[in-house]
Amino acid sequence: MKKLLLALSLSTTALAANAADYVIDTQGGHASINFKVSHLGFSWLTGRFNDFEGDFVWDRENPAASSIQVQIDTASIDSNHAERDKHLRSDDFLDVEEHPRASFTSTAYTPTGEGTGELTGEFSLHGVTRTISFPVEHVGEGEDPWGGYRAGFAGNTSIMLGDYGMAGPLGNLEVELELHVEGIRQ
Amino acid sequence: MLKNTVHAYGWVAIALHWLVALTVYGMFALGLYMVELTYYDAWYRGSLETHKAVGILLALLLLARLAWRLVNPRPRGLSTTPWENRLAHWMHWALYGLLLAIVVSGYLISTADGRAIEVFGLFQVPATLTAEHQEDVAGEVHEILVWSLIILSALHALAALKHHVVNRDRTLRRMLRPNSGSARRPN
Repeated sequence: MKKLLLALSLSTTALAANAADYVIDTQGGHASINFKVSHLGFSWLTGRFNDFEGDFVWDRENPAASSIQVQIDTASIDSNHAERDKHLRSDDFLDVEEHPRASFTSTAYTPTGEGTGELTGEFSLHGVTRTISFPVEHVGEGEDPWGGYRAGFAGNTSIMLGDYGMAGPLGNLEVELELHVEGIRQ
Repeated sequence: MLKNTVHAYGWVAIALHWLVALTVYGMFALGLYMVELTYYDAWYRGSLETHKAVGILLALLLLARLAWRLVNPRPRGLSTTPWENRLAHWMHWALYGLLLAIVVSGYLISTADGRAIEVFGLFQVPATLTAEHQEDVAGEVHEILVWSLIILSALHALAALKHHVVNRDRTLRRMLRPNSGSARRPN
């Protein structure tokens, strides 16, 4: 009986290892959530969220079983200008006191080609949750020089502030989101 | 009469008092107005630039006022009850303290990322402290202190009116001109 349990637990471990759990390497700073907004149509304003965490499941042999979840600390918004960041955190925009977290939880991943796929999931921002879908690129994976195993992805999508309850005069502003994640296999 | 005596305020103290009062209420109104402006309003940027520059000038004015106060005699309180005079004295220092803390907290909002404050193209005040989320904390502090100042300064004004109307003494008049009549003369 003990042997059977052992064998069972070993086999589940083996299964889990295939569809590996990766923790996004925010600790080592190998992940970023950037945004880009048109400034009056004259130039691009860029910024990022400094604090977030998450993990993903990725199996090269079975990419359709992949999933990811990310939690973002909205107060960590950083557009390299304190006065603007203060305004973005206020109830004119993110209202970080009321909505300290934004999150993305995937519901499906559809491979579309070699190293590419379409990621679908629930994106929650400013208390509004919407289903979004966007293309993702599997940048690479393999053993790192320090004894670990890593896999990385990049994806782009865009949202309208108005869709997430930030109507105001900038509600029809499109914000491009750029996601770079590198995970360390656990 | 430029300098104070133990009975009267000189012109310099009177001018500084009213200039600070006028600036503070103007800045209060500008502050309330500018945070309601939206991105595409023509004065969205100018209002903030003006508020910051005037704030720096106000800080200099406050330092000048405190320095002048230190080298001048302090006119004695006119209340017949000692505790009222003591209370008025504490109120004056509370107002000075709040004013200084307000200009410092305002400065800490705008310089939180290391940017300097530009004063009408005349000079710049560089940043000093730059801590994480400093702009948010300093912003909350700025707002709370400003409302405290507005409430206390209203009480200060009411007290002056009470002296004028109820006690019928020179308390209010001596802040309007130095020779407001001696204590011997009736109103």
